[in-house]
Amino acid sequence: MTDPILELTGITRRFGPLLANDDISLHLQKGEILALLGENGAGKTTLMNILFGHYAADAGEVRVNGRALPAGQPRAAIAAGVGMVHQHFTLAGNLTVTDNIVIGSESLWRIDSRRKEAKARIRALSQTFGLPVDPDARVGDLSVGERQRVEILKALYRDASILILDEPTAVLAAPEAEQLFRILRGMTAGGLSIIFISHKLHEVMAASDRVTVLRAGRVVAERRTSETSPADLAELMVGRSVTRPKRAAHALGAPVVVARGLSVGEGQGKTLTEVDFEVHQGEILGIVGVSGNGQAVLGQMLSGLARPSAGVLTLEGRDITRLTPREAVRLGMGRVPEDRHAEGTVGDLAVWENAVLERLHEPAFAARGFVRRSAARTHAADLIDRFDIRGAGPDTRTRLVGRQHAKADSGPEPGCPPALSAGQPADPRSGRRRHRRRSCRVAGRACRGRRDPDDFGRPGRGGRPVGPHPGHRQGPSFGAGDGGEGRCPDAGADDGRGLGGA
Amino acid sequence: MTEAFDILTNASLWAAVLRIATPLIFGVLGALLCERAGVLNLGIEGIMTMGAMAGWLAVYWGAGLWAGLLVAALAGLLLGLLHALLTVILGLSQHVSGLGITLFGSSLAYYLYRLWVQVGDLPPSIRPFQPLSIPGLSSLPFLGEAVFSQTAPTYLALALVAVAAWVLNRTPLGLALRMTGENPHAVEAQGLNPVMIRIGAVMAGSALMALGGAFLTMAAFNSFFPTMVQGRGWICIALVVFASWRPGKALLGALLFALFDAFQLRLQTTVSGVPYQLFLMAPYVLSILALILVARRARVPEALMQPYRRGER
Ligand SMILES: Nc1ncnc2c1ncn2[C@@H]1O[C@H](COP(=O)(O)OP(=O)(O)O)[C@@H](O)[C@H]1O
Ligand SMILES: [Mg+2]
Repeated sequence: MTDPILELTGITRRFGPLLANDDISLHLQKGEILALLGENGAGKTTLMNILFGHYAADAGEVRVNGRALPAGQPRAAIAAGVGMVHQHFTLAGNLTVTDNIVIGSESLWRIDSRRKEAKARIRALSQTFGLPVDPDARVGDLSVGERQRVEILKALYRDASILILDEPTAVLAAPEAEQLFRILRGMTAGGLSIIFISHKLHEVMAASDRVTVLRAGRVVAERRTSETSPADLAELMVGRSVTRPKRAAHALGAPVVVARGLSVGEGQGKTLTEVDFEVHQGEILGIVGVSGNGQAVLGQMLSGLARPSAGVLTLEGRDITRLTPREAVRLGMGRVPEDRHAEGTVGDLAVWENAVLERLHEPAFAARGFVRRSAARTHAADLIDRFDIRGAGPDTRTRLVGRQHAKADSGPEPGCPPALSAGQPADPRSGRRRHRRRSCRVAGRACRGRRDPDDFGRPGRGGRPVGPHPGHRQGPSFGAGDGGEGRCPDAGADDGRGLGGA
Repeated sequence: MTEAFDILTNASLWAAVLRIATPLIFGVLGALLCERAGVLNLGIEGIMTMGAMAGWLAVYWGAGLWAGLLVAALAGLLLGLLHALLTVILGLSQHVSGLGITLFGSSLAYYLYRLWVQVGDLPPSIRPFQPLSIPGLSSLPFLGEAVFSQTAPTYLALALVAVAAWVLNRTPLGLALRMTGENPHAVEAQGLNPVMIRIGAVMAGSALMALGGAFLTMAAFNSFFPTMVQGRGWICIALVVFASWRPGKALLGALLFALFDAFQLRLQTTVSGVPYQLFLMAPYVLSILALILVARRARVPEALMQPYRRGER
C-alpha cells in the first residue's frame, strides 16, 4: 500500500461531558472515495471539522501528505489542499456565486479584485467537472442543488486535492444525488481523493471504495465496500442486529383527515391545485414529490399556519379549513415541521420548555400566569423516556440534543393525537426516527402537491396518488434502484422514502 | 412660494448644504462600514463628541489642523476598539455596548475638556479650516460659491465616499468585509478570520465617525461645546438604512437631509407667523418619510447584530 494522502491519528474531542470523538484514526488513499458512515451524533461532523481546522482536537494529529497540519486553522487546511462541503452550507445568500467562491483566494490588500479571470476560471471548472452554475447569480436565488455545486466549486477553486462532503445528499432529490456521485467518481479519476459522510447505506454501497464506520465517537469498523453488505454495515452502525420492524396487519378505520379540492393561490411558488386525499384511521399516507411542489404549504395547512384559497379540509367530520394553530394543537393535530430549527423548536430553550410551549394555556402546565415547572419537567422527562430521545434530559438546551428535534417536537402530543403530520421527518437532519407511537396508528405525512391539476383530479387515482393498497408504505417514487432488499429499516427510513413503519 | 424659489436659487443655500452634510457623510460612512461587517455601532454619538473634542484640543495645544484630524481619528479608533472588544470578542449586546460608549464618550470628552482647558467668559477658540479657493473653479458663477468654496475636510469626505464604494465593491478586503456581515461562518470556512475583520471594520468606521465630529469644531465652528453633536450620530444611523448600506446612496441621503435643514433655517427667517419649531422639526419628519418610502426594500446584511462565535452551531 502506498502512503496515504491523508491520515488522522488518535483524534479525541470532548464537548463538556460528551466525548464526541474518541481516539479516532483513519486514512485516505489517493484517488479513493472513503465513506464515513455513522448514525446521527456519531461524531462525523466533529471529526471533519477538526480535520478542516474549525475545531482543535483535544488530542491527536492530522497529516496531509505526511505533513502535520497545525490545529484549528482552516487556512492551513485549505493551503494543504483540503476542501470541505459543509453539512450546513457556508454561503452568503445576498452575494453572487463568484463572490462566494473567490473570497479568501486573493491577498486582502489588492487594490482591485480580478473578477474577469475569476469568472473565467469558475466557468472552466464548472465545465470540466460538470457542475453548471451561473457565476453572476445571487446565491440566495439558487436551488439547494445549485448551492451545493457552488460549495464544491469553492473547494475546487482553491485547488483541493482532498474533498470532504458532509452529508451531501441530505438536501438532494434522488436523481440529483446519483448525479453527484457520478461527478465525484469523475473527480477521483482526475486524481482527487474524497471523503463523504453519510448514514444512507445504499449510497455508501453504491459510491464508495471503502467504508469507515463510526459509532458513539469511535471507529468500530473499516471495510472494503466490495467485501461488505448493507446488513453488515447497518449492524455495525447501530451496534446490534437490526430486523425490519413489522407492521401488524390491521383494518383501516373511518376517514380521519379528508381534503377536497385544496388550492393555494399563486405567488412565491406556493401552489396547490385541487388536491384531494383522505387519511383513514390507522393509516400512514405518504406524499411524495420533489421539494418546491407545494408540500410545505400543505403541511402548513394541516397545522393551521396557512389557509387554502379554495377547498375543504375536515378532521373527523369537522370542518377545519380555517384552522388556527391554537385549534390545531387543541384538536390534537400533531405536526413535525420540515424545518425544525426554524419552526418546531426553540434551540436555546430547554427541552422541557419546548415540550410545553404550545400547551401553556392548559391548567396542567400553567396556573395564574405562572408556568408549573415541576409538572412541565415531569412531562418532558416522560416524553424523553417514551419516545427514546437520546442524550437529553429535561433541562438540556434543545439545540444540543443533536438532530433529534423531530422527536422533541412530536413529543408534546399527549397520548394519542388523532393525526400527525410530518414534513420530511426522516431527512438526515432529524435522523433516525423510530415510530414508537404505540396505539397511535394514525399518521398523515404531509408532503404532497403538484402543479398539474389533471394529475390529481383524475378519477381512479382518487386522492391517494400512489400505493398498492391503503395503509401500506409507499415504494420509492424516484428511487435509487433500491428495491428494499437487504435494506436496514432505519436507514431505509432515512432515505426519505416515507416513514419506516409505525 | 417665491420665497422658497429665491432660497433654492441662492448659491449660499447650496454651500450650506455641503457644509451641513459633511459631518453626516463622515458619520454615515463610518456607521455603514461597521454595519456592513455585521456590527451595529450606536456609540457614534459619543465617538463624534470625542472626535470633536480631541481634534480641537490637539490644535488648541499647538498641533496643525491635519495633525488634529489625525488625533481625532485616533480617538475614534480607540473607542471603536472598545466597542469591538465588548461586542465582537465578548459577544455582548451591540445595542447596550453602543449606548454605553455614547454615554462614556460624551462624558469623557467633556470631562477631559474641563480638566485641561481654562474656560473664561467665552469658550476658547482655534483658527479652523478656511474655505479653499481653487483656481479656476472657485470663481465660476454660482457653482464657484455653491460647491467650490468649501473647507478641505468637505472634499475629503466626498473623496472618502468614492474610496469606500471602491473598497467595498472592488477589492478582496471589501468582499471579505461584506461577507463577514452576511455570513461570518462562510468567511471562516474560506480561511479568513471574521473576528479580525469585524474588529478592523469597527475601528476604521469609528475613526470616520470621529472625523465627522472633528469637522464640527475644526471647520464648522472654532470651539468645543459638550452638546454640539446634537443627534447627528443618530441621523447617521438612520441614513445607513435609508442608503440600503451603500456609500453612494449614503451620500445622497446626507445631502438630502442637509438640504432640508439648510432650507428650513432660511425659511425660519423669511416666513413669519409660523412657529419656528415646526421648521426645526421638518428635516426629521421628512427623513422619517423618506425612510418609510425607501428603506422597506432595503437588503439588510444578514448577520447584522449576530455575534460570531467560533465553532458554534
Ligand atoms: N459545538 C458543540 N457543542 C456541544 N456539543 C456538540 C457540538 N458539536 C457537536 N456536539 C455533539 O457532539 C456529538 C457529535 O455530533 P456530530 O459530530 O455533529 O455528529 P454527526 O455529524 O455524526 O451527526 C453530538 O452528540 C452533538 O450533539
Ligand atoms: Mg453531521
